[in-house]
Amino acid sequence: MTKALILTVRNWWEAQPERPQISQVHLTVGQFTCVEPVSLQFAFEVQTRNTFLEAAKLVIQETPLIAFCHHCQQEYRPELGIQYACPDCQSPMEDIRSGRELKINRIEYCSDSTESYASNL
Amino acid sequence: MHQTFDAALEINLLHANQEGAEHNRAHFDAWGITCLNIMSSPGAGKTVLLEKTLAALNQTLKIAVIEGDMTTELDADRLRQHNVPVIAINTGRSCHLDSKMVAGGLHQLEHQYSPSDFDLVLVENVGNLVCPAEFEVGEHAKVALLSITEGEDKPLKYPVMFQEADCLLITKMDLAPHLEIDVNRIIANVRQMNPGVTIIPVSAKTGEGLTAWFDWLQSQIPSAEKIASKLPDLTSA
Repeated sequence: MTKALILTVRNWWEAQPERPQISQVHLTVGQFTCVEPVSLQFAFEVQTRNTFLEAAKLVIQETPLIAFCHHCQQEYRPELGIQYACPDCQSPMEDIRSGRELKINRIEYCSDSTESYASNL
Repeated sequence: MHQTFDAALEINLLHANQEGAEHNRAHFDAWGITCLNIMSSPGAGKTVLLEKTLAALNQTLKIAVIEGDMTTELDADRLRQHNVPVIAINTGRSCHLDSKMVAGGLHQLEHQYSPSDFDLVLVENVGNLVCPAEFEVGEHAKVALLSITEGEDKPLKYPVMFQEADCLLITKMDLAPHLEIDVNRIIANVRQMNPGVTIIPVSAKTGEGLTAWFDWLQSQIPSAEKIASKLPDLTSA
């Protein structure tokens, strides 16, 4: 998963007219995915040493698993590892509204703009 | 002085893999091949199921296998005994196949054979109940295996795998009399997150359920003739 993330960021970076210094990569990671944010942070740090992403930090926003029960016409929060059906009517979890996200939201990068500042300041 | 800029990407983290999977699927469609991605934990019985499948079907369907393993070609060699092309992919440290690896397998298929002759490509994924479900490789359907020795709670612990599956085979049913496992509980747990999945209890040893598995497999191939009636009776003593 970390390799996939680095590859996707690299594809974007190589397509930029001036390849910037990336400072932060903002991700949304859903609870109903196979990604554990802490592990991803660790693996990212290890795999980006001595690369264009060495200075970059991962900023991860986790989204909860939220399902919608069409029978009850309301949202509910399945209990991971315990119960996924609707707690009120036991209908199966068929409509996941949140929790499957694996997204790169945005990238923060720096640009050298020394010419904007006077050298005698 | 550094200035900070923001670039909104809104890209799926697995974007590159997803593109690769769509590319592979386009190849399969152009060649008239149905591709199934077969996944389970290590030791659930994927390879022995494939052996039974090849033995029963390789006279009526033209089948190739893409065999994923972290190391060795042990499983690939077993399957080659059934006189079908088996393309082995060693994933190294990766615990799952991805679309780029399978694309490499397709190139081998293209160079060594005439792909449009094939009806079916079976991808045996690395034994792992977690990652393979997230990484599409170009398949038309996902088949998950869960052996009854693994316990009733596995669908709850590994929900993404069981939610993504189009067909679930509950394997090693011949061991049921020796275990205190309630198969109906396994099925109920799976149906919590995947009410529509086809669930077939099977035993490669006794042949239980294999005809139903072959029927399901055949139903995934658009142009296959009805082969169920031509298959041997596998449940005879």
